[in-house]
Amino acid sequence: MAIDWLLGTVTGVRDETPTVRSFTLGLPAWTGHRPGQHIDLRLTAEDGYSVERSYSIASEPERGGEVDITVERIEGGEVSPFLHEVVVPGDRLEVRGPIGGYFVWEAGLGGPLLLVAGGSGVVPLMAMARHRARAGTGVVARMLFSSRGPDEVIYAEELDQLAAAGDGFDVVHTLTRRQPAGWNGYARRIDEQMLAEVLEPLGAGTRAYACGPTALVETVANGLVRLGLPPDRIRTERFGPTGT
Amino acid sequence: MEERMALMREDPAVDLTVDGNAVGGLLGSVFATEVTAALGRCASCQTSSLVGTMRVYMRGPGVVVRCPACAEVVMRVVETPTGMTVDVRGIAMLRLPPGR
Amino acid sequence: MGERFVTRGFVGRREPDSGAGGLADERRRRTPPGQYLTDDFPVLSAGPTPRTPLDRWSLTIDGLVSKPITWSWEEFLALPARDWVVDISCVTKWTHLDMRWRGVSVDTLLESIDLDAKAAFAIASCDGGYTTNLPLADVLNNQAFVAYEYDGAPLAPEHGGPARLVVPARYFWKSAKWIRGIRIGDRDEPGFWESLGYNNRGDQWLEERYSGD
Repeated sequence: MAIDWLLGTVTGVRDETPTVRSFTLGLPAWTGHRPGQHIDLRLTAEDGYSVERSYSIASEPERGGEVDITVERIEGGEVSPFLHEVVVPGDRLEVRGPIGGYFVWEAGLGGPLLLVAGGSGVVPLMAMARHRARAGTGVVARMLFSSRGPDEVIYAEELDQLAAAGDGFDVVHTLTRRQPAGWNGYARRIDEQMLAEVLEPLGAGTRAYACGPTALVETVANGLVRLGLPPDRIRTERFGPTGT
Repeated sequence: MEERMALMREDPAVDLTVDGNAVGGLLGSVFATEVTAALGRCASCQTSSLVGTMRVYMRGPGVVVRCPACAEVVMRVVETPTGMTVDVRGIAMLRLPPGR
Repeated sequence: MGERFVTRGFVGRREPDSGAGGLADERRRRTPPGQYLTDDFPVLSAGPTPRTPLDRWSLTIDGLVSKPITWSWEEFLALPARDWVVDISCVTKWTHLDMRWRGVSVDTLLESIDLDAKAAFAIASCDGGYTTNLPLADVLNNQAFVAYEYDGAPLAPEHGGPARLVVPARYFWKSAKWIRGIRIGDRDEPGFWESLGYNNRGDQWLEERYSGD
């Protein structure tokens, strides 16, 4: 009963930042997914050499029959440069999934919801935010998003739009290396003080999801526990320091 | 456990032991209720310990939870593409705190 | 297994010393499907690192054999050993080529005993309680050895020292760390990971990771 590899067709490509690109994969046989799950991608060369990588599903399950993945181009990587430089709409890619039962949020779980993202760790959290908007249940949600600079904020425009919708969602950015002129937001790495300020209006019943580099995720998880959040309300997904 | 934790995104490094809180969410989804504050009785040595204090090994093919008293296996969780397998032979009894 | 789908335009990582053909192609050819190459030796464990003192260590072969046999550490080191240079693949997707070990072939361990006619399986058991299972046919004929040195030095405890089983043709979970015994039997007994959803056989060239693969 092993889940087979499916063939998905690239139906759209979209640049999110100069180094981050999203791909829409049409998957007619797709059975659906839950926000936070991921897929495995398999690439096979003519000589049979193959590699696999996992990518969080960026799109909400309400968009049936297709999934978005968002891939950061890593210099010297084996897969991300290929996806960025070679893959075009019409190409087919092998996909397996959805995978994951732990790092998942659905509107039925309720909130308040705190989504903490470091860089490309925002991808599974974006699936949650997009699903939340479509579900329309008005769960109060806040995203704390750490990026290196304004030009590196993935989904910047869409996050602004989601926050402007007035349905209980807002985004707090921290820009750790470069800030635009006149910036008066956070300008440092996430720490416990920042978490305390961000968490305060949400309260002790918050469900938290943190995704990004290991060091960030551990800082967030430990910090939230020290701020009184029960450990079972904190779910984490770590990307290693080298995601290629 | 997210299979991804064991995939190439993880930096190959020295094994890190964490405690049951690290898998609180995972176990919560397995048992459909919060269990890190539950008392689990080890089937090997009969010691009861808070699940949150159990020793967790999660780098490798699956998650292994061990008794903090005798180090025997209390629980094992493996996530594969076809689903999750949970082995709780090592828990003789789980006592959940009242309410939530 | 059907024909594999080929991804348009994908050729894989270009190694720094690659020219046309040559070293890079050879390394890729030796990398099983779905694996990436590393020069690291990751430590992955299912439990605390056992620390059996050498004066209490022993290795036993028993089960369907004419007579069980046990070696103390000194006796084990006195057995004929050799160097092995093999490629190792872990189910967590890393592959390390040309890992250098020193150890005793399982053939050597079985030399002085007779196997029962019904003998078909080898079950490895280890300090810490880990087990794994292999068909006898997979561990005979220089396909498996018990290693006590890695890269010219005594095998470190976190890597399975003082001695571990190494079965290069299978995912590394079959290369049981801290091995203390091999039981020969007529029935297969799925081991620690095999009984939880991992493949019973674990051939990395057939990508037998999970049961049902």
